[in-house]
Amino acid sequence: MTEIKKAGSAEAEHVYSAGSAVITKDVVANPGLEPHRVRMTDKSPKHERRAARQVAILFLLSIVGSAFAIFAYFAFPLTDDLGTVRNNTFFLGAGITLGLLGIGFGAVHWAKTLMPDAEVSEARHQTRGSEEVRAQALEIIKLADQESGFSRRKLIRRSLYGALAFFPLPAIVLFADLGPDPANTLRHTMWKAGTRLTQDPTGTPIKASEVTVGSVFHVIPEGLNESAHKLEEKAKAAVLLVRVDPSDLIETAEKKSWSYQGIVAYSKICTHVGCPVALFEQHTHHLLCPCHQSTFDLNDACKVVFGPASRPLPQLPIAVDAEGYLVAQSDFHEPVGPSFWER
Amino acid sequence: MLKRKMNSARRKPFAAILVIAAGLAITGGGYAAATAATSAKSEVYTAAQQDSGRKLFLANCASCHGSNAQGTKAAPSLIGVGAASVAFQVGSGRMPAQASGPQLTDKPSQFTDQQITDLAAWVASLAPGPAIPDDKWLQADGNAQKGGELFRINCAMCHNAVGAGGALTGGKWAPPLSGADPAEIYEAMITGPQNMPVFNDANLTPQDKSDIITYLVYQREHPSAGGYELANLGPVAEGLFAWIFALGFIIAITVWLGAKSN
Repeated sequence: MTEIKKAGSAEAEHVYSAGSAVITKDVVANPGLEPHRVRMTDKSPKHERRAARQVAILFLLSIVGSAFAIFAYFAFPLTDDLGTVRNNTFFLGAGITLGLLGIGFGAVHWAKTLMPDAEVSEARHQTRGSEEVRAQALEIIKLADQESGFSRRKLIRRSLYGALAFFPLPAIVLFADLGPDPANTLRHTMWKAGTRLTQDPTGTPIKASEVTVGSVFHVIPEGLNESAHKLEEKAKAAVLLVRVDPSDLIETAEKKSWSYQGIVAYSKICTHVGCPVALFEQHTHHLLCPCHQSTFDLNDACKVVFGPASRPLPQLPIAVDAEGYLVAQSDFHEPVGPSFWER
Repeated sequence: MLKRKMNSARRKPFAAILVIAAGLAITGGGYAAATAATSAKSEVYTAAQQDSGRKLFLANCASCHGSNAQGTKAAPSLIGVGAASVAFQVGSGRMPAQASGPQLTDKPSQFTDQQITDLAAWVASLAPGPAIPDDKWLQADGNAQKGGELFRINCAMCHNAVGAGGALTGGKWAPPLSGADPAEIYEAMITGPQNMPVFNDANLTPQDKSDIITYLVYQREHPSAGGYELANLGPVAEGLFAWIFALGFIIAITVWLGAKSN
């Protein structure tokens, strides 16, 4: 049993030794409890009656809320139209909320205004047990050792130690899931020499003549839809195909042959953290990534002109096959998407 | 008397333009009808419409686009932009432009439908270009599910997954599509107004475009099952709402719980 003392009492339950602690003189003194303030409801019967009425009104509101929830269930029924979910959920939820909040607010208001509000302080009891209790506990441990034979039965004890030592090992083995080493998978995509550029999502091959100036095609490699790991492959191989006026392109001698009559294909995977970069502005020829606003200049080899990306988008070298369809000359010449350690 | 009148008319400078325009209208219109027969309204405009359109053009557009629509430093050439461009830009009130800026905004159209058709007739007569779409693609009676998939692949990155619009670079933006009528949506896809790319019929077939329109109209007519949209602006708007109102309510209750009764 804890002894409860009236507010303002400076009596201490125990006397502690300071031990090795240095007690300074300017230690903050215990201010004790602030003086008790008498509530209006304690002083005026009129206020008391009003508070009682308020509590009752809150409880009544709760009843109204619960009743409304029942009403709402029938008044806003779920039909075949998915849109009816919205009103059903909202009004049912609003009624139940009012039902619960009314009880909660009423109870708190009741406690705050009408129940006794005397402040009390409870001192902490000492944590150290009495000598008698400690001796008793030691006795119990000794008895348990004797009865179980823990000290005496070496085989059992040592096999238990072994079991306990092995128990955490599976958790360590689970770290293997952080692998396997992706090896070369980050460096390659589905694109190969001769793979046709096809439309997302239908897989229709694209003729160079169909890509008019200012057009944007969202491209996947031919055969992606039949691929065993469609989403993994798409996450690396997605390409944006745009045709601009060839005279507007700024191309190095090395990459001059990578475009076809102003048609350029760039990886859609942002070099920052891998969002799809697909917001193409026709007049500014900027490609904008919606996640962190990295902006790439499509006419100038997709160099970064703004934002956190640090490398240009990789370009897919393209050509046209005998039938006039756009094909890849090769895979990307660099890994697509965000940077990684070994890049 | 009649002959003299004709001769004097022929000497006037715009007579030559008229003759060229009529010639271009026949060849261009024929070409456009042949190439875009699947998606366009039959693009036959009368000479009277083209003449009326030319007058409207000279009065309202020529100061920026040039008297022959050849373009100036202030505005691009309109040769070959087609009737669809005129119908979109003038019909949505973006043209005539009120002021230069990062992007032109839509506003109440300054012209009647008849005047817009006349203007379109004249611009279409300059050179072949995208024509005004046939009504059969604008009925929103296609496949909304397929349209939704195409919209998410081709349009949603700028216009938001349900067409609520979004920000671009340098003060530009992709406008919300909730107020755009099907013809405007179709015309925007085939003409690529302002910074929007072009989606020609090889990229998105007329049926694909019709499906996309169906999806957008479906979005408008069916309330979101997931609750109130909060302008469909996505997790940022929803997060802000939760932080301000839900968390604010919780803080207010906590303060009330801790306060002593008066």
